[in-house]
Amino acid sequence: MKTGINKILIVIPCYNEQDNILPLLGELTKINIENCEITPLVVNDASTDDTQNRLKSSGVLFLENVVNLGIGGTVQLGFIYAAENGFDIAVQMDGDGQHPPSELHKIIAPVIKGDAQMVIGSRFISQTGFKSTFLRRVGIRFFYRLNKWLTGVEVKDSTSGYRAYNAQAIRLAADYYPDEYPEPEMILYLAHKQVKIAEVAVNMNDRASGVSSINSFRSVYYMFKVSLNILFLHLKLKFNG
Amino acid sequence: MDKIYSYRIQIVAILAALFFFGTIVRLIIKGKLRTEYSFIWMAMGLLFLLFSVWRSLLDTLAHFFGVYYAPSLIFIFFFFMIFIFLIHLSVVNSRQHEEIKKLTQEIALMKKKLESGSGSI
Repeated sequence: MKTGINKILIVIPCYNEQDNILPLLGELTKINIENCEITPLVVNDASTDDTQNRLKSSGVLFLENVVNLGIGGTVQLGFIYAAENGFDIAVQMDGDGQHPPSELHKIIAPVIKGDAQMVIGSRFISQTGFKSTFLRRVGIRFFYRLNKWLTGVEVKDSTSGYRAYNAQAIRLAADYYPDEYPEPEMILYLAHKQVKIAEVAVNMNDRASGVSSINSFRSVYYMFKVSLNILFLHLKLKFNG
Repeated sequence: MDKIYSYRIQIVAILAALFFFGTIVRLIIKGKLRTEYSFIWMAMGLLFLLFSVWRSLLDTLAHFFGVYYAPSLIFIFFFFMIFIFLIHLSVVNSRQHEEIKKLTQEIALMKKKLESGSGSI
């Protein structure tokens, strides 16, 4: 267990979230966790709406991609920032209001205690607060089996992007992070790097406004691509070290 | 008459091959095509030229490989070359994708350092 103040960076990737981002930051400033210093960092992925202006006038800490990188490169930038600035914990939190800041203490607790090096906020351990589409449930079940088969790690909600990383996991994520739909693949990568992964139950909101990055039309492509990525990454890590 | 017609197509083929080769050279000179990507196209241009000047070469080769219908040798050869080159372009594209990502991230971090005045570049 680490003593002293834990420096926590909340990495919030956002793309065209002008209506969601400031309310979320407002909620975050109200959060107080014992022995923790919480710094939100918004990474604006070249939004085309008013996000950039609103971030500037709010005075919050933010980074800006000059071209659109997609979710992977954007979240990774947050981890690079966390690694360069010596944060103890980095939390990945969606900019659309799906991940309530009030649940933050639950996902960082195992990291602070030293029980786990990466913690995933899961919608499935308890059955509250989240309904999902049939296809998404099928996909999640599939990735659960795939990752279990390849690494032995059991993560029930592999698509959840509400996650906490300790310093070691931050460095690994700064080093490698998948481009598109990174969540299930990251589990395999970290498992290969001997990172201890835990899952805790959290409540999640439906999206506050806007459109989710995964709709049913792209689900099949999503599952196919992520499966291929996972298999190839597995082979690469297994045979190339 | 037959003789004249068959020379006509040969002249057209040679002119086309020269035009193709000239286009590649012009693109390089203008800086629109990097030399490293031009080798394969220059080689193709020279091949066009060779086959249009030396007309019986195709039949000779087809006979050598045991190909009954000589033009199919052209198709096989060019399909193969184009496939290889497309794979090469996909590799180049993937590398550039990674490079653009790194550059974008680096620019974002530098901008932040400049704004806060904490870093020197």
